[in-house]
Amino acid sequence: MLANHANLLQFFSSAEEVVGRKKLQKMIYILKKNGVPFGEKYEFHLFGPYSEELSLRVDELSNLGLLQETKEDKSSYIQYRYTMTEEGQQFLTHYDNHFPDYQEAVHLLKEKSSRFLELVSTMLYFEELQQEEVEEKVRTVKKKQNYTDEEMIQAWEFIDSMKKLRQ
Amino acid sequence: MAYRDEKLEEEKVFKDPVHRYVHVRDRVIWDLIATPEFQRLRRIKQLGTSYMTFHGAEHSRFNHSLGVYEIVRRIVSNFENRLNWKKEQRLLVLCAALLHDLGHGPYSHSFEKVFGLDHEEFTRKIILGNTGVNHVLRKVSASFPKKVAEVINKTYGDKLIVSIISSQIDADRMDYLQRDAYFTGVSYGHFDMERILRVMRPREDQVVIKESGMHAVEDYIMSRYQMYWQVYFHPVTRSAEVILTKILHRAKALYLSDYTFKLRPEHFISLFDGDITLDDYTRLDENITGFYFQSWLEEEDDILRDLCERFLNRRLFKYVEFNPLLHVKEMVELSKLFYEVGIDPEYYLIDDSSSDLPYDFYRPGEEEERLPIHLQLPNGKLKELSRQSDIVEAISGKKRTDHKLYFPQDILEALPDDSRQKQRIFEILFQ
Repeated sequence: MLANHANLLQFFSSAEEVVGRKKLQKMIYILKKNGVPFGEKYEFHLFGPYSEELSLRVDELSNLGLLQETKEDKSSYIQYRYTMTEEGQQFLTHYDNHFPDYQEAVHLLKEKSSRFLELVSTMLYFEELQQEEVEEKVRTVKKKQNYTDEEMIQAWEFIDSMKKLRQ
Repeated sequence: MAYRDEKLEEEKVFKDPVHRYVHVRDRVIWDLIATPEFQRLRRIKQLGTSYMTFHGAEHSRFNHSLGVYEIVRRIVSNFENRLNWKKEQRLLVLCAALLHDLGHGPYSHSFEKVFGLDHEEFTRKIILGNTGVNHVLRKVSASFPKKVAEVINKTYGDKLIVSIISSQIDADRMDYLQRDAYFTGVSYGHFDMERILRVMRPREDQVVIKESGMHAVEDYIMSRYQMYWQVYFHPVTRSAEVILTKILHRAKALYLSDYTFKLRPEHFISLFDGDITLDDYTRLDENITGFYFQSWLEEEDDILRDLCERFLNRRLFKYVEFNPLLHVKEMVELSKLFYEVGIDPEYYLIDDSSSDLPYDFYRPGEEEERLPIHLQLPNGKLKELSRQSDIVEAISGKKRTDHKLYFPQDILEALPDDSRQKQRIFEILFQ
C-alpha cells in the first residue's frame, strides 16, 4: 500500500535536498534505469524522459506536508527545491523498505548539473541502439542543447560508473 | 505515381458525431484503416471503465484515432504555404496521428499496471514488426515506418511535427476532450476548436497560438480541467477500475500458485508468465477479456468469482475520502481487522490516489519540464500562456489531491452486528 509514495520519500531522505524539477525527473529516471524499482512511468518529452506520474506524486507529497517545496522565480521559469519534512520521516517509519541501497548513486547524481543529467537520461532512453547511433540520436533530438563530444564522453563514463555501483 | 502520392478516385468520408465528417483521400491512409491492427481498435473502449458511470461512454479507440487524424488533416491544410511548414511532412504526420494509439490494449491502464506493459512500446512494435500496418508503411519507403514510430514516440528530430500530435495543445487532446464529452453526455469538454485551428501557427520547433486566440485556448484548458475531475477521475469509474485491477491480480496469483482453472486462460498465459509476444498482445481485446471474466464466474476461487461478478453486474466497491498518508496507523489497523473477519485486504481494501491516473493538467513548463503552450505576440515574440492569461494562471497554480479508500460495504454489513471488528471497521471508515 502506497509503496510508490514511500519509495519516493526514501529517495528524498537519501538526497536530503533536490534543486530543480528537471533534475529530479532525470535523477529518478537514471536510478530506475539502474535497477532501482521506482513505479513511475516515463515517456520521452522535449527535454528527455519525463514522468507525469512522478510530477503528480511529488505534488501530492508536497500537498500532504511530507515534502517541503519552495519556489524561486527565475524570470523565464520557476525553480523548485524539495526537502523531506519531519512528517515525511515519520511516515517512512511505518514502512519496511525493501529497496536496494542506492545512497552512493544519489550522491553521484546530485553533483551533476541538470543539463548533464538530461544528456545521460536521453542516452539511457536510447540504450538499445549502438553507441554511435545513440550519439547521433542525441544530436538529432537535442539539437538546441548542442552537446559537445567531451560531454558525450563524460556521459558514457558516468553511465559506466553508475553500472559499476550496481555490481 | 508513387504510392505515397496516390489518391483515391473519390474522397471517402466517415460520418463522425464530433467532427461531422472524417475525410480520406490518401491511399496510404485508406489502406492503414483497413489493416487488422487498426480494426482491432474498434474492440477497445476509449474510456475503459467509464461506461459504468456514464452509460454512453462506449466509444472506441478506433473512433478517437480517426478523429485525431481528421484534426491533423485540418491543421496541415491550414499550414500549407505558411513559413516553417514542410509539405513533404504531410503524410508522415497524418499517419502518426492515425496510428498514435495503436498499441493500446483492453483496459490499458489496469493491464499495464498489473502486467508491467507499456502501450507505447506495443505501438512501436506494431509499426515496426511483421504486421499489416508495417506492410502498408513500408510501401511508402523502407524508412517510413521508423519515422512514424519516432513521431509517435516523440523522438523525431522535427519537433514541430511531434508537437502537432503530442504537446499540451495537440490533436490528441482536442479530439478526446470533445469526443469524451459527447459520449459521456456531460456539458464540459466543449470549446471552440475551429477557432484554435485558425490561430495555430507553425514555428521552427513547435506549434504556437496567435495571441488573439488566447480566449479560445483558455476555454480548452478549462474544459480539460473540468473533464479531469468530472469524468476521468470519477470515483465510480475508479471503483470499477479498482475491481478490474484486482481481478487481473487475482487471476495472475492463482495461475502462479498452480491453481487449476476450469477453463485454461490461454489468452492470458503469456501475460501471467511475463513473456507476451506481439501476436499474443494483438489478439487481446475487450471481447476476449469479457469472455474470461464471464467464465471465471464459474471458478472455485471465491475471490476471483466474487470480483468478476461485481465487475460484470456493476456491484462496485463503496468509497470514503481517506488520506492514508496521514492515517497510516488506521490503515494498518484496518488491514488487520479485515484479516480477522476473513476478508483479504489485498483484494478488498484499496487506496487510490489522483497520481495513479495518467491524465494530466496543464503545466506551464516549470524549469522546462514539458513544452508549455506559447502565445505568439504581434511583434513575433513568444509568451507562455499562464503568464498572459489570469484564468490559466489561476488553475495552473492550483494543486488538488484526491485520495479514496475502496471497500465492499455489502460484505462488511453482512458481518454480525455484535462483532467487535465490524464496529471498529465502521468507526474508522466513517468517523
